Amino acid sequence: MKKNITKEEFNKIFNLLSEYYNVYAPVKKKGDGAFSNTDIIYYEKVTNYDDIEWNEKSTYSPKDIIFPISQTIMNFTYDQVYVPDIKSIKPIYILMRPCDINGIKRLDEIFLRNGVEEDFYYKRLREKVFFALIECVDGFENCFCVSMNANKSSDWDFAISNNKHQSLISIEINEVKNSKIKNIFESLFSTNTTNNNSNNSNNSNNNDNFEIFYPEKNFKKVTLPNVEEMPSFIYTDSKLWDEYKERCIACGRCNTTCVTCSCFSTNDLHYDDNPNVGERRRVWASCHIPKFSLMAGGHDMRKDNASRMRFKTFHKIYDYKKRFGEEKNHMCVGCGRCDDNCPEYISFSTIINKLSARLISKEKI
Amino acid sequence: MNMIKNIYIPSPHIIIDIIKETEIESTYKFKIDKSTFKHPSYGQFYEVSLPMIGEAPISVSNFEDDYVDLTIRKVGTLTNAIHCLKKGDVVYLRGPYGNSFPVDLLTDRHLVIAAGGCGLSPVRSVINYFYKNIEKLSKFEVLMGFKTINDLLFKYDIEKWEQKFKSLITLDQSCELWQGKPVGLITDYVGQVDFSDKDNMSVIIVGPPIMIKFTAEKFIASGIKKENIIVSLERNMSCGVGKCGHCKIDSTYICCDGPIFTYDQAERLID
Repeated sequence: MKKNITKEEFNKIFNLLSEYYNVYAPVKKKGDGAFSNTDIIYYEKVTNYDDIEWNEKSTYSPKDIIFPISQTIMNFTYDQVYVPDIKSIKPIYILMRPCDINGIKRLDEIFLRNGVEEDFYYKRLREKVFFALIECVDGFENCFCVSMNANKSSDWDFAISNNKHQSLISIEINEVKNSKIKNIFESLFSTNTTNNNSNNSNNSNNNDNFEIFYPEKNFKKVTLPNVEEMPSFIYTDSKLWDEYKERCIACGRCNTTCVTCSCFSTNDLHYDDNPNVGERRRVWASCHIPKFSLMAGGHDMRKDNASRMRFKTFHKIYDYKKRFGEEKNHMCVGCGRCDDNCPEYISFSTIINKLSARLISKEKI
Repeated sequence: MNMIKNIYIPSPHIIIDIIKETEIESTYKFKIDKSTFKHPSYGQFYEVSLPMIGEAPISVSNFEDDYVDLTIRKVGTLTNAIHCLKKGDVVYLRGPYGNSFPVDLLTDRHLVIAAGGCGLSPVRSVINYFYKNIEKLSKFEVLMGFKTINDLLFKYDIEKWEQKFKSLITLDQSCELWQGKPVGLITDYVGQVDFSDKDNMSVIIVGPPIMIKFTAEKFIASGIKKENIIVSLERNMSCGVGKCGHCKIDSTYICCDGPIFTYDQAERLID
């Protein structure tokens, strides 16, 4: 089902949706950015069309809705262990661009299919989450989703486009997905058509016969390394990695903004007012930050920022695919947030290209 | 909502005995009820935790039907706290995790185990298994290296082992009490191993990464195939079940694909 609707109608849908779901979408926070007079865009609960930042890429990905920055996984009271329940959390709709939908699929792979069992805490939140697509036509400055084959997704219940019609919002409902959402939209559209019966000509002008577009080309392109097995020299190749020893300042912003970074640490704490009561938390971990691979006793597997950069690069564009199979994509979805947010202007797409070029040049020698 | 199994919930286990091994290492014996808690296999580990303090992966150093031994070195927040516990106190465990030493595949082979320091802990159950089933091996030799005489682990076991098979102990630093006994690194004593039946030999090496590397090189130089060398690796781990990413090397997750690898697999793992 496809429909062009007005902003007022869109808000009506939102009101109906909000009865059953929490709707999350990118929201711009004026002046809250890292530097003075800069903005930041992150995912928040929204209730209105105007809450949403439709035109710019969000600084942070929506992954924290399913994989929170810090999550209490157990409460301790003396010798009792409790698992906090999330029954009170309503089902969730996340409005996101295709790269982020694909990114969450990568998280699914790690949390639900890697290792021996499913991850309890991820799964119970994930089961509440439904996807809606924000149409992305041209991408943004640092995007390379097309190269990463993450520019398209059909895994959404409804898609929203602001580009088809100057004053109207185009909505397409994926009829086979969530039947509840279909009913919500149908109830509104049917009343809408009866109200506008006399205005049939006007309706046809709206041209409901539109297509949702996806980015077909990005300004940035990457060439992925075409090797089955990384040659061992490349792990320590100074030409490739040495510059990041100094350039990377191990702030971890690339990890926190990345939609596919899924690493975490487990931390325990007790409350100040009662040492017998406390909790165990899962918190985001970053492979760029010291101590990620440090073992008790002082043995650290990756001591410098260059080897950490190499580790992340291989994870994103080589070993994830190697582990989960050729039919899967690479972990990186090319959202470009790592490049957008690096305070040292390190470009991940450049690293990928340099790596591929190095592999080719070495092969020629 | 359908029930999802929560793999992160640990279960409480009572310390039934504490054996002080060295100044910083003790073996904690836990009562295990096989009907309600999964029993380990050789070389596996548990995620050990104390509520409000922390969680860490610890190798099983021995097990029988009704108990599990964990030998714990005092090196961090959690292990310091565990060292303050006494008999009867409770520690939380979940697991066992990881793969295990393929003891069945070692039948009729000449097995050499080289263990450095607390690396002896994850192979102790294997040594004890073959101590009890010595007829399953064509020959059994154990090389153990420790820093000083004060760092010797499982002295009570070693005394038993020495009765049945060659158990060589070398110390990095000698002392008066150690006069006339082996001194130096384990690599110095690889030459004393009986290499008369190389094709039928299997070697298990466990210890610090640098010790594993140089000991493996010695055995390879003596004609042992890489696939017949088995190592147990340790890495920073948080979840133990393939989610947290800390122990990942290349496409391998040490916690669920390891910690036990053949050397030809392990040497390709570049951190």
